[in-house]
Amino acid sequence: MVDLFELLIGKEGDKDYKKKPVIVQGITGKFGSFHTQQMLAYGTNVVAGVTPGKGGQIHEGIPIYETMSEAVSATGAKISIIFVPAKFFLSAAVEALESGIKLLVAIPEHVPVKDALTIVELAKKKDAIVVGPNTPGIIIPGIIKIGIMPASPFKEGRIAVISRSGTLMYEVSHNLSVANFGQSICFGIGGDPVNGTPLIQAFDTIRDGANIDGIVVVGEIGGDAEEMLAQHIIDTKFDKPVVAYIAGRAAPKEKRMGHAGAIVYGNYGSAESKVSMYAKANVPVAKRPAEVPMLLAGKLGKGRIK
Amino acid sequence: MRLLEYQAKSLFSEYNIPIPKGLTSTDIVQGRKDAAVLGFPFVIKAQMAVGGRGKAGAIQKCQNADEFELKYPDIMQKVVKGEKTKAILLEKMADIKKELYLSLFLNRGKRCYTIIASGEGGVEIESVKNQIIREVGLGNVDAKTAEEVGKQMGLKDKPLTQFIDILQKLAKITIEKEAELAEINPLAVLGDDSVVALDGKVIIDDNAMFRHEELRKFQEVSELEERAEKSGFSLVELDGNIAVVGNGAGLVMSTLDMLSDNGGKPACFLDVGGGATTDTVYEALTLISKMKKVKGILVNLYGGIVKTTTVATAFIKAYEDKVIDLPVFARMSGAEADKSKEMLKGSRTKMFDTIEEAINAAVIEMNKNG
Repeated sequence: MVDLFELLIGKEGDKDYKKKPVIVQGITGKFGSFHTQQMLAYGTNVVAGVTPGKGGQIHEGIPIYETMSEAVSATGAKISIIFVPAKFFLSAAVEALESGIKLLVAIPEHVPVKDALTIVELAKKKDAIVVGPNTPGIIIPGIIKIGIMPASPFKEGRIAVISRSGTLMYEVSHNLSVANFGQSICFGIGGDPVNGTPLIQAFDTIRDGANIDGIVVVGEIGGDAEEMLAQHIIDTKFDKPVVAYIAGRAAPKEKRMGHAGAIVYGNYGSAESKVSMYAKANVPVAKRPAEVPMLLAGKLGKGRIK
Repeated sequence: MRLLEYQAKSLFSEYNIPIPKGLTSTDIVQGRKDAAVLGFPFVIKAQMAVGGRGKAGAIQKCQNADEFELKYPDIMQKVVKGEKTKAILLEKMADIKKELYLSLFLNRGKRCYTIIASGEGGVEIESVKNQIIREVGLGNVDAKTAEEVGKQMGLKDKPLTQFIDILQKLAKITIEKEAELAEINPLAVLGDDSVVALDGKVIIDDNAMFRHEELRKFQEVSELEERAEKSGFSLVELDGNIAVVGNGAGLVMSTLDMLSDNGGKPACFLDVGGGATTDTVYEALTLISKMKKVKGILVNLYGGIVKTTTVATAFIKAYEDKVIDLPVFARMSGAEADKSKEMLKGSRTKMFDTIEEAINAAVIEMNKNG
């Protein structure tokens, strides 16, 4: 498996250390264009855009290519972020992975499950990481932002945040930052039923990071990702502090709560099931986002590092 | 989108999965005609998107015209777990020898399709014993796999041959219609050893509907939900009196939880999407104004990139245009929060720094009005 931090930051001595090149697919659309500006403003090294039919043009000072293979060979980028509408996602993602992209951040919401499954299979073959779909992206505060998250909630530090929800990732990170718990990485896995990088995999990707003192997992109802993670924490005897939050305790059953993946069938996907598994793994679950820093402080105890 | 039983069965029938003879109606006049065509006895089945119909009396046997006149209106009015009867299916009774369970579903954790089957069906999936579980990748089931599953269920001879055929057809439906779940429970072996789908539950991936115009006819959305969808919102109607609005599904769910924890009763879940603009918030308020039960509005917006003044402008416009005349309890984080508070002074919108304060104020106000 490729190393996420190496892809995002690189090694000291790399000539693009902390300046890894990023390609934007769908750069000329309103959404893609706006967030390209925001990413550039944050310091992300956006080097190329791809929009079929607009190859050869310059947009926001960024050269546009007709295809991903052209953009990749011109820039050597291993990272791409996709902004195209859901119905065009599959072909854009296939093109990226076939062109050698190793980290694909998939922003679009409403991608059909079948298309997500197809991309998951292809990413396995290509040894690539797919984040999303329906994700706000990934941010390493102070270094790189590949996504649509606002910059203001995030602060440099040593806590990792993994989230199934976008705005809750901002909300929880904001609360952490205010309490002086900066973040080493915030990883939005996406709100869909099938994730390119599921919760456990996201957790394993970052768990042993030397820059991580504790992990906050922001979850919600639907599926059994939290239950599986809790069991995984027990099985692998993970000993750094983990704190969780789960949204959707008050949601009715069998109703899709905004996110395609946020739906409870019987007890499958219910908040109670997740909370009770977390309890077995000794992971405290906050009742509201503002409670997360308190629980984390309790877990970190005297070893708290600001 | 969850198909009703008769809709699922019409898909089954399209793919040549055997189903009992049945007719669907939405009023007793048509129902009487259907009864005459079918002939007594038959089963009256409420069509509603919920399990446990049998126990709730929403499925009943009917022997003659007198019973029909009593039972049809009774079942038409049934409400089970909050779900109303949408239509009534009259179906010929089957001579059942054995009840099986069969489903194909999207296994989120494993990121593949999975078969669940059992030789002991007819009860809800949680209670199905001796489950046979087989992962099948993207959903394709070959004859060999189907045969292995059938044999494990204890089937042989004619029922086994029929089961293999049905499982492969169900897999075809799952793939071609992009279903998250296709379930037959019970799948029955009849007296003559034929195998028939006595019930059907199919859930189609909503995000794939753009590829399935042919399924639109099954889609049933309320006027409000349809309007919300057009604006790119997600709306779930609930029973309480406080409308909950925010940007981002997780944030709105979180707000719903905190409101309920504090004794408030949510009237709806309304997610206006990641960004919030003057137009989206105005449209959200317009939608809410059409829900009579709403007595107050709780707003939770994580600003970030969006300026809170943009949102404040929407409230002011909504009051001016008389779209709403309700108290609003709003928390908006983000740029220019002080300026927006100033703008909203004297209006019925109160701004708070934290969601906890907004919720407290909303609950107190609702209790005051009984």
